[in-house]
Amino acid sequence: MCLAIPVQVTALLAGQMATVSAGGVVKQVSLALLDDVAVGDYVLLHVGYALHKVSEEEAQRTLALMAEAGALEESLAEMRAAP
Amino acid sequence: MKYVDEFRDRARAESLGRAIAAAADPARQYNFMEFCGGHTHAIFRYGVQDLVPGNVHFVHGPGCPVCILPMRRLDDAIELAEAHGVILCSYGDMLRVPGSGRKSLLKAKADGADVRMVYSTLDALEIARAHPDREVVFLGIGFETTTPPSAVAIATARAEGLRNFSLFCNHVMTPPAIRHILEAPDIDPAQAVRLDGFLGPSHVSSVIGSRPYEFLAERYAKPVVIAGFEPLDVMQATLMLIHQVNEGRVNVENQYARVVTREGNVKAQDLVAQIFEVRDTFEWRGLGSVPESALRIRPEYAAYDAEAKFQLTEKESRENKACECPAILRGVKKPKDCKLFGKACTPESPMGACMVSSEGACAAYWTYRRMETLAEMAADRAAAKVAAA
Amino acid sequence: MSRLTGNVEMAHGGGGRAMVGLIRNIFARHFANPLLAQGHDATAIAVPAGRIAVTTDAHVVSPLFFAGGDIGSLAVHGTVNDLAMAGARPLALTAAYIIEEGFPLADLDRIAASMGAAARAAGVPIATGDTKVVERGKGDGVFITTSGIGLIPDGVDIGPHRLAGGMAVLISGPIGDHGIAILSQRQGLDFGTTIQSDSAALCHMVADIVAAVPGIALLRDPTRGGLSATLNELAEAGRIGMMLDERAIPVRPEVAAACELLGLDPLHIANEGKLVCICAPQDADTLLAIMHRHPEGQGAAKIGETTAQNPGFIRMITAIGGTRVIDWLSGEQLPRIC
Repeated sequence: MCLAIPVQVTALLAGQMATVSAGGVVKQVSLALLDDVAVGDYVLLHVGYALHKVSEEEAQRTLALMAEAGALEESLAEMRAAP
Repeated sequence: MKYVDEFRDRARAESLGRAIAAAADPARQYNFMEFCGGHTHAIFRYGVQDLVPGNVHFVHGPGCPVCILPMRRLDDAIELAEAHGVILCSYGDMLRVPGSGRKSLLKAKADGADVRMVYSTLDALEIARAHPDREVVFLGIGFETTTPPSAVAIATARAEGLRNFSLFCNHVMTPPAIRHILEAPDIDPAQAVRLDGFLGPSHVSSVIGSRPYEFLAERYAKPVVIAGFEPLDVMQATLMLIHQVNEGRVNVENQYARVVTREGNVKAQDLVAQIFEVRDTFEWRGLGSVPESALRIRPEYAAYDAEAKFQLTEKESRENKACECPAILRGVKKPKDCKLFGKACTPESPMGACMVSSEGACAAYWTYRRMETLAEMAADRAAAKVAAA
Repeated sequence: MSRLTGNVEMAHGGGGRAMVGLIRNIFARHFANPLLAQGHDATAIAVPAGRIAVTTDAHVVSPLFFAGGDIGSLAVHGTVNDLAMAGARPLALTAAYIIEEGFPLADLDRIAASMGAAARAAGVPIATGDTKVVERGKGDGVFITTSGIGLIPDGVDIGPHRLAGGMAVLISGPIGDHGIAILSQRQGLDFGTTIQSDSAALCHMVADIVAAVPGIALLRDPTRGGLSATLNELAEAGRIGMMLDERAIPVRPEVAAACELLGLDPLHIANEGKLVCICAPQDADTLLAIMHRHPEGQGAAKIGETTAQNPGFIRMITAIGGTRVIDWLSGEQLPRIC
């Protein structure tokens, strides 16, 4: 369930609305469920509402862990197997 | 697209695949329930099963709000459009689902009812403003991700005095449903499925946080890893679950840290609590009655509650007796175990809950893995013949 | 912008002076060519010896005007492309208009101008036509039916009977443009995009393709139902399977983003200016080079291969390296929230 996509806020509008962009597609969405959103922030968009900010720091950390996972696991396995 | 493409990257997928293969103990099976229909869809759409070893199994759960909406609630929505002449606004997902007598919202529209597909409650509010002489009802479905937008809609309608707008509330909740599945062995041992852990829903968790899953670890001794929506997220979360199982740990871990925190979106939670309250019980298609698992609109907002505004006739849902959805939704059976699968029941003519939505387990198998599934079914039949001979 | 004012009336379809005026001021003006100028009930065409291809299409598109085209240009491209998919060089088109009473003359003028321009760009004369007017409420603005005839060069034998395993599957460019362009204008979904319909005549590109590889097995244009419908049709008709590579299938970033927003799969979204080409593997590079030289072939790519095993199944290696079946959708994809 719950199709939601990360979009970037490009302008803040009246009435708790904002213009967002993703991959060149532009939409007007509601910020009614979030506080302190700034232009340039990435937010999670679901059915026309921003639900949460996306953390760049956490995203990078996750991606790095994914890239290392294979090598890390294999060295752990070697350690376990070693006498 | 940023934060999307990177999480579908082949090199990282291969790295995770190697990690999972190295971590999974060949001497045991791992059964992880991916509760959320979005995860079911991602797993099939990207073929995640092909990248994990054969002893790691994804068990599909009932986290598909379209699948679990009882037929009689859909019939109610159709009645609102046809008999009460409202403008019935709905997300696209519900439009083709057949209610009783094979009638869907789309068919009702073809027969003259004013049914309109919308992307957001914002659009429904616009329609209400543009047609002050017509009643506008929004068909609210979905788990905790989709409930806050409905709450905002009612709050907005109240603030603007938009008296012709109301919500037909069918919002359901995730933790009570997971508890219901885990209690099944107490209810009926035949319904038990061996589950080693849960992949927690991505976007529900962005709203409710990771805290509500802690009872699963504490009370039921099942590890939970909240997983993001992309295939690499699912793989990384699977790796984290395998580690927990191997190490005998029972924790709530958060793989989707870029969007999920322990507390979640408190503003959204508060607004939902302001507008909605928990129903004592609610019927889930395929699961039966689940206690305290769904929301209704609080009495002080009755003016915006379609169930309070309109008299709806009593209805009964009648399901095909051969339909195995109840067992499939609990993860006890697989689509190929159902006699109707692929014959009487296909995405074009769905018989039961699991086929009506592209996220339902049966629809996913049929659409994305039909070749392999048909081969397995043929092999099963051949084996059964040999056994019988 | 048209200089015409007023609306179409029943008299414009009545066969009298009003109709003659409409035809002269709008259709004859925009479609002008020697064949049409014959002015008879039927137009005589000198056709070289050989096999004739004939095709017809009814166009009921809504909205009538969209980013990158309109019903007029769409009608020309659709019929020209059907002929091209048979490997035929288009010789002539026909155009029958059914117009609803009350339809603005300025819009009709715009459509006819667009149709004339599309026909000239494709190098295909509109040789004959017909005009009817129906009462208000009995038509959706305007319906256009076009037919076309073309000449199939010697040695060309295109069709699913030619399909076998081990052939290369090519696409002439990015998929999903037309459907997304139309969807972006649809009420209740409005999102801003610069995506234009890819509606285009493919006959010039096909002429070069067929000249270079007269023995080409198959050409087909994926329209309604998207690439998935076309490939599934071919797999069924040709009794073959296919294995595609998701990362090789071209999709514009904006189209991909719009699909993510609405929960749609680009494989199921309509195109109006693309072709699928199935050929012997040794011809793939030649054909891709030819396509790249044409504006309609920018982004042409090899997306997979046909297989003798698993006939009837279109399978794909996904972005992450798993596999899935590409199903044949019945009915239009609807945006989803789940």
